Amino acid sequence: MDLKEIIAHLLKENFPGVNVELIEYKNELTLRVEKQHIVKVCKFLKENADLQFTLCEDITAIDWAKRKNRFTVVYHIFSLKSKNRLAVKVDVDESDCSIDSVASVWKTANWHERETYDMYGIKFSNHPDLRRMYMPEEFEYYPLRKDFPVMGIPGSLPLPKK
Amino acid sequence: MERLTKDDVHPKILEALLDADTDITVDDALENEMILNMGPQHPATHGVLRLLLRLDGETVVACVPELGYLHRGYEKMAENMSYYEFIPHTDRLDYLSPMANNVAWVLAVEKLAGIEAPPRAQYIRMMVSELARIASHLVAIGALAMDVGALTVFLWTLREREKILDIWDILCGARFTNSYTRIGGVANDIQPEALAKVKWFINQYEENLDECERLLNTNRIFVERLDGVGVISAKDAIDYGLTGPSLRGSGVELDLRRATPYLFYNEMDFKVVTYPEGDSLSRYFVRADETRESIKIIRQVLDKMPQGDTLLNQPKKVLPKKTEIYSRMEELIHDFMIVNFGINPPAGDVYSAVENPKGELGFYFVSQGEGRPWKCKIRSPSFVNLQALPHLVKGQMVSDVVAIIGSIDPVMGEADK
Repeated sequence: MDLKEIIAHLLKENFPGVNVELIEYKNELTLRVEKQHIVKVCKFLKENADLQFTLCEDITAIDWAKRKNRFTVVYHIFSLKSKNRLAVKVDVDESDCSIDSVASVWKTANWHERETYDMYGIKFSNHPDLRRMYMPEEFEYYPLRKDFPVMGIPGSLPLPKK
Repeated sequence: MERLTKDDVHPKILEALLDADTDITVDDALENEMILNMGPQHPATHGVLRLLLRLDGETVVACVPELGYLHRGYEKMAENMSYYEFIPHTDRLDYLSPMANNVAWVLAVEKLAGIEAPPRAQYIRMMVSELARIASHLVAIGALAMDVGALTVFLWTLREREKILDIWDILCGARFTNSYTRIGGVANDIQPEALAKVKWFINQYEENLDECERLLNTNRIFVERLDGVGVISAKDAIDYGLTGPSLRGSGVELDLRRATPYLFYNEMDFKVVTYPEGDSLSRYFVRADETRESIKIIRQVLDKMPQGDTLLNQPKKVLPKKTEIYSRMEELIHDFMIVNFGINPPAGDVYSAVENPKGELGFYFVSQGEGRPWKCKIRSPSFVNLQALPHLVKGQMVSDVVAIIGSIDPVMGEADK
């Protein structure tokens, strides 16, 4: 049984009410779940003895600009046991721009989520320390959103006090 | 030392520092806890890293790193330029091993576009990434030794690195910012002089590394400054997402060259170096031994390197050779289209990661079928490795902070992007 079938089978068995979708593209497996289930699915993927996705490599978001669900949060996780990579995607709408934090599952998610918050303005609820990662705290915009101009906004970055 | 005032530290940072859960208690410490600001301009922080340390006497109770002093918005810039145009920018990510970044970028783009470079180009890429690994580890070892007070070794390891920079000079005309790889191959075939220099380098390297190691491994001050300092267990290291030598120094055998082979690494015979202790000393040992394994790989690459093209013949995706652009119409048209409109990979998204000297460097692309990426995420190893710093320095002396930063070897160019 390949990984796609194993994951589909295990998720169906353990979370009967959760809609999951598995897509394979260029030998990469992507799992789509709904926003409210992200923490328990991630916890299961990490702790299940057959899967063991213990290493969270990356968390980021995509701004689709004009789609109905404006953002997609993407988690890249890696299994040290089977040496497989899995992408988990969750759609987030702009009107309710928040998602539960997975920092309780992987500690490394802490900074990745701070960076995503800094760049896209997606709020991670239950995050232990949700501050901006790179930009100053006073900065009002989210630079990686598609409506933020490449040249920046004049006057948006305060100069240091003399 | 100037005393910090409330205006110097943003209230939210201060709050994070004071809220940091800590189980460090010191008997008989000084009455007052002190907040020490380290960096961003500090010679031992390897760039513009700023740390706020909460001290009880000389013991670090909590630490909050502040990043962003070198943030140039590379992910935003990548969304506004073609895949070719970004290659020189990858040099500026991890500026101690630009070649390895170039290779990582083109491998990701090739995966997205569904093309593959000719075998000779792939062997050359393997050779340059291993040389880049040696160069980067040499700086890491030298800087670590300098951080704990052994100044001589820094000069010796940089002398070795200088020889690699000379190879770059012949190979691509630049010593630091190489931009040597191209989508679908490399910029030029390896010259006989460069090849001869590589052969000479690998034959004399191990002897010189032994010399450096004799200076360090028998040096009681060096060993005692690092032994048992900044310990992280294998479980914590995985939980914090460490990769590269920092993870293997905790005894976890994860090397992407072995775990998810790319290029021709599955044909190479090399050992994944691990040390179980998880302290700063074992991270140093991993780096030193890894350079030996790299030499082993380069030897095999030189033995097996096939003849043939170094650039793929795929006019819609790969820039043609300059001589052909000036003499033939078809090539001129393709060159114009690629330079002005990009290579238009099919819509979709890929994540491609390689084992860089510092750890896993990943690129995540989302393409909408245009010449520019819709999104480009840079997963930089230094950024993730730095996250473990508060855990590593907790309970250590303030002077150990310098040694621990040196042992996880962050480069702020890629941590801040």
